Amino acid sequence: MFECLTEAVTARPHLRHIGRYMRSSFLLEVGETLYHVTVENGAVAAVETGPFKMRSWDFAIRAPKEVWEFFWSDAPPPGYQDLFAMTRYRHASLEGNTAPLLHNLRYVKELLALPRTLRQEAGS
Amino acid sequence: MSARIEPITGRYIHLEIEGRPYRIYFEEAGAGIPLLCLHTAGAHSSQYRHLMCDEAVTDRFRVVAFDLPWHGKSNPPEGWQDEEYKLTSAFYVAAVEAFSEAMDLDRPVVMGCSMGGRVVVRLALEKGAALRGVIGLEGSDHPSPWYDNSWLESPEFLRGDFCAALVSGLVAPQSPDEFRWETLWHYYQGGPEVFKGDMHFYRTDSDYAHESGTIDTGTCPVYLMTGEYDYSCTPEDTIETAKRIPGAKAIIMKEMGHFPMSENPTAFREQLLPVLDRIAGGA
Repeated sequence: MFECLTEAVTARPHLRHIGRYMRSSFLLEVGETLYHVTVENGAVAAVETGPFKMRSWDFAIRAPKEVWEFFWSDAPPPGYQDLFAMTRYRHASLEGNTAPLLHNLRYVKELLALPRTLRQEAGS
Repeated sequence: MSARIEPITGRYIHLEIEGRPYRIYFEEAGAGIPLLCLHTAGAHSSQYRHLMCDEAVTDRFRVVAFDLPWHGKSNPPEGWQDEEYKLTSAFYVAAVEAFSEAMDLDRPVVMGCSMGGRVVVRLALEKGAALRGVIGLEGSDHPSPWYDNSWLESPEFLRGDFCAALVSGLVAPQSPDEFRWETLWHYYQGGPEVFKGDMHFYRTDSDYAHESGTIDTGTCPVYLMTGEYDYSCTPEDTIETAKRIPGAKAIIMKEMGHFPMSENPTAFREQLLPVLDRIAGGA
């Protein structure tokens, strides 16, 4: 689901610009699938699929697959429209060092939404 | 001349709040019942620009909105450079009262959003007899934090782009992109630490739940209107507040987020006009 990030960000110079100060790696959990995402100066340098052994990361966002599917739908229901909506209602959890997330909040939020954005663009 | 000029006028007023002089920027449009509008944390009165251009409102209401000190075009007080901005409940009420008096607003309706939607509860409690009613948009009578308090000490709270990203999910997915980004731009524009200082009020100095039940809604009707996508003031927060205030009316707005008047003005007016009708009818 998150395999698309590298290519999608490459094709979006403005998004890369927004994240140009970000150098971080983080974990995205989609049900039983783990993605390790490495960002270097706004480019997604790698998206690797787990399992991982002793892999380090700054922060992790974990949610069941069906939660992400709600999040990526065209009109997510209330409580599923945003990372913080999902953490507030405990649909998702946020762990680790949140500093790189806070420093680059709009960038990360737009990364998370890319699977929806790409699907909508493909349909239009 | 073919350019469109809006009916909004903007001016400055000098007044004292808690004994200190301030230069306050305000905008207004329309004539009739005063409708005093309070902006959200970290933003400014532009959030009400659509309401001020709506003849269905301005034909009966004098819509007035001011920028709190430190916000928008209102200056911080002289000496601000040596102070930490922290909005208190007492200052907020004093600011609304001082502005209302200085503008000779006769029994205004006070409508506030978010932190403005919280302070109207205290206004109804303490100043209800001097008001025609209050409308709390995304309002409740007590804080309901949705992120860890320690985040407030993060240097990111100094930055407008962080504030915008933080609240971006509070805009409903259905809101038009144009107005979504306009709403977020208000947050990009905030002065350093202003949003954080507002959060002092919103998160730690505005718990009125233990006394809100004494509001006399016969004198000062209370309307609480909250978007279903709001996870800062959730629909549940609003409904619980309305249950504590005898006679208060809660309205949960479909496909709406935390900034109804600026994020989706067309959908919001459909919800607001009947409320204004009721208030005007009871005037």
